[in-house]
Amino acid sequence: MTAVTMNPGSHISVQGVHKVFQSGGQDVYALKAIDLEIARGEFVCLLGPSGCGKSTLLNAVAGFSLPSSGHIVVEGATVTAPGPDRGMVFQEYALFPWMTVEQNIAFGLQIKGETRTAIQAKVSSLLDLLHLQDFRKRYPKDLSGGMRQRVAIARVLALDSPIMLMDEPFGALDALTRRNLQDELLRLWTELKKTILFVTHSIEEALYLADRTVVMTYRPGTVKRDLRVDLPRPRDVASPDFNALKKELSMLLMEEQSRHEQDEFRGAAVD
Amino acid sequence: MKRYRHAASGILVPLAALAFWHLLSAKGWVNATILPSPMQVLTKWWAYLRPLEAFDPSQGSYLKWCFTGELIQDAMGSLYRVLLGFAIGTGLALPLGLAMGYSKVAYGLFNPLVQVLRPIPPIAYIPLSILWFGLGNPPAIFLISIGAFFPVLMNTVTGVQTVDSIYLRVGRNLGASRFTQFTRIILPAATPYIFTGARIGMGTAFIVVIVSEMIAVNNGLGYRILEAREYLWSDKIIAGMFTIGLLGLGIDTVMSRLSSRLLRWHRGLEQG
Repeated sequence: MTAVTMNPGSHISVQGVHKVFQSGGQDVYALKAIDLEIARGEFVCLLGPSGCGKSTLLNAVAGFSLPSSGHIVVEGATVTAPGPDRGMVFQEYALFPWMTVEQNIAFGLQIKGETRTAIQAKVSSLLDLLHLQDFRKRYPKDLSGGMRQRVAIARVLALDSPIMLMDEPFGALDALTRRNLQDELLRLWTELKKTILFVTHSIEEALYLADRTVVMTYRPGTVKRDLRVDLPRPRDVASPDFNALKKELSMLLMEEQSRHEQDEFRGAAVD
Repeated sequence: MKRYRHAASGILVPLAALAFWHLLSAKGWVNATILPSPMQVLTKWWAYLRPLEAFDPSQGSYLKWCFTGELIQDAMGSLYRVLLGFAIGTGLALPLGLAMGYSKVAYGLFNPLVQVLRPIPPIAYIPLSILWFGLGNPPAIFLISIGAFFPVLMNTVTGVQTVDSIYLRVGRNLGASRFTQFTRIILPAATPYIFTGARIGMGTAFIVVIVSEMIAVNNGLGYRILEAREYLWSDKIIAGMFTIGLLGLGIDTVMSRLSSRLLRWHRGLEQG
């Protein structure tokens, strides 16, 4: 385990983090000895098969479920609880269905105790930024998946948090909407200089978006590979460089996927 | 065109039933004292509805006079008891249900008692209610509140307990205090359940009002149809029953309109 000292360039520092669950009287390591330094303004993707602990790690950074041991240090302070400095975009959109689009976006600002005029101005500019003006009075049930995720992103942006945590946010969208929102996210990231930690199981998505792609292993969740993606943006998914990286990551991921499947077969046999 | 056909088919069965009923009494197959003809019921209903005395400007406005008919007075009496009883029952059930749904401690404290009392039908409280409150409105309103209380309570508890945890996680992520979590997330998320409970509670309250009027009150629709039996006025009994049905339908329509208006964000009501 590494010493608990903060790397000066780091925005998020994950230091020797373990997360242990009890399952059938046995200890299951969802995360084992994770060390990760994420610089300010960096876009990092966590990549791996389901059950590799990538969402567990994200939830630990968010403060929803704290590590069994080790530390997560954000802006020099150890994470002990969820907070609006680490806004999260959830996989299931998680918009409040009883609030309209603008009410959803305004909610975090109301909690912060900002004035009515300040809230109105901010909500309006976010509606513009995410092309949601025409939908401001709609309820989430009347929006498409892509629109809902735009609202969820706007809700987090409203917090003005320097960090954005994203848990497979585009997983449920069709390919075209997905690419659209990926481009939108890159635009926002460049414009607003956020540090983004993004969970995905899509290799292409990770390579298209991230500065760095961290591949995780299946149980125990460890860092298998920390890959810097140095391709210029906008990235061409058909380029040879892109595909070379894609192939490399596919190999790594396939190993983990097969371990996952073996585990499932074993589980099925026991049942 | 399709809509008209739909409407036409909707009145087909009621018309047939009416015709059959008419036939039964017109042919003299059934004693008119037991089953009067539809026309007879309608005539009685009108007599029951219209004011007993001629309009006299010295007694007040014309509108007020219109409401002096026996049926209107009965219906207003029943409606008053239902609404007051429902308000009391709901007023008590809502805070308790919210507390029990939110706090495990409150649930542990109150649930055993609730589970013991809940299966007792409100009607079983009649003897006690008369013993405690005598006759008139108080025992009736007591019974009606009990009828409304449990459906609202149970649904509120379930509504709060089944709030999707993802909403609470979002709330924590946005930095919401426990108070804000409760008022802005848990409460609205539970409203579909609460409204379902209120609708069931209102239905129960309406049943209980008729029963309690038959026993403890000397006006209202329930009292009136029982009184009519004493005189073998089957036409008035049936007229009263139809009025009860119409009032019930009216109350339920208002309740469902209200809930689809307030829950227009809710997925289940998209076709509403």
